[in-house]
Order: sequence, then structure tokens, then C-alpha cells
Amino acid sequence: MELLEALSTKFNYWIYIIIMMIGLYAMISKNNLVKKLIGMSIFQTAIILFYVSIGVKEGATIPILYHDQVHPSHGYSHHKADTGHIEDHHPSHEEIVANLLIEPDDFGNPLPHVLMLTAIVVGVATLGVGLALTQKIYRDFGSIEESEILESIKSAK
Amino acid sequence: MIWAFDLITLIFLVITAIISLQTKDLLSAAMIFGVYSFLMCLLWAGMAAVDVAFTESAVGAGVSAVFLIATVLRTTRRSSD
Repeated sequence: MELLEALSTKFNYWIYIIIMMIGLYAMISKNNLVKKLIGMSIFQTAIILFYVSIGVKEGATIPILYHDQVHPSHGYSHHKADTGHIEDHHPSHEEIVANLLIEPDDFGNPLPHVLMLTAIVVGVATLGVGLALTQKIYRDFGSIEESEILESIKSAK
Repeated sequence: MIWAFDLITLIFLVITAIISLQTKDLLSAAMIFGVYSFLMCLLWAGMAAVDVAFTESAVGAGVSAVFLIATVLRTTRRSSD
């Protein structure tokens, strides 16, 4: 029962380990260079999955504030104007902060998201450089299989 | 996070990762890798990381797949493993 609970509540982490190992296996043991690069991309997305899983909270929503959450006194002054008071009340910064309706538990933690946004872009850049090198290797050796490339390097010596 | 959606998407994620590495046709490997990236994007949208999901769907499923297909077209389509 404890094992079942550990499996179901930490399912993201189990799958992240599995996907990461699939990517590592492909990087090491695949013979084709494009397959190696696909394995590298899978490895990177597995790590991003781990980081995003850290920021998840139970019952939390996306970390975006709505207008009525930020300016609760705004609607209040409109209400006042309806009942005859024409005084134009502009809330000061301290008043706004004191009236905030934000509960941090309602929002997912955005810090890992921001970090991983950079990691995605870096990942596609490394994939692009790797594929450019693959095309160059194909032009020089006529193959993208690692064993054939090593063979032709050996015979050229 | 909806646990049933999460579970099904994670299982399909592992399946697509294995298939894209096992298929001998590099063009279909690139397409299945695009499917893998899109599933990852769905997962992140479900985990309240919408900004990461946007970036992944544009960059991972879009640009990465285009790069892979361009490389396959300029080199060879067959793979030995």
C-alpha cells in the first residue's frame, strides 16, 4: 500500500527518471547521429519535466493575476459613485498592497517555469548546432552512421 | 493538475519516446518526436506552466521538428538502428 502511494503521488518523478534514462541510452548506444540528437533532446525535456513538477501545487491555478485581484478598492469606489458620493478616491500604493486578495497557495510557483523557459531555448540551440555538424559530417564522409564514419577515418590514415 | 490526464499523458510520453528512437525511418522518427514534444506541452499546460507550454509548442514541436526534417532531407532517410 505504501509502495502504491509512493508510485501514484510521485508518478511525475518516476516517469522523469525513465525518460531521462531512455535519452541517455540513446545518446550512448545509438549508431545514427540524428538518433543520438533526438536522444539528447529527450534527455533535456526530461530534466525540464522534473523542474516544472517541483513548482506544482495541489489545487493551484496558473500564476497570473486578474484585475479585480490587484485593485479590489477600484470596484468599491465605483460602488460609492453610484450611491451619490462624487469624491474621486485614488488608492495609494500602501492601500493597494494592504487590500490585495492574493493567497500564495492559490498559484503555482512560477520560479521553475522561468528558469526552464531559458533551458528550452538553449535546448533547441544545441539541437540546431548538432544537426548542422551532422550535415557537415555527411558532406565530408557520405554517411551519418557512427561506425561507418569511424571506419572511413581509420582507412584514410 | 488532473491526475488521470497526467497519468495518461505521461504513459504516452514514454511510448512516443521509445518509438521515435526505435523506428528505422528517420523522417517518421522526427514526426514522432514532434508528437512527443506536443504531449510534453499538454502536460505543462495541465501543470499550470502556461508560459513553458507556449514556448515548448512553438520551439519544441515546431522549430525542432523542422530542423530534424531539414537534416533528414539534406542527408539520408535510412537509419541502421
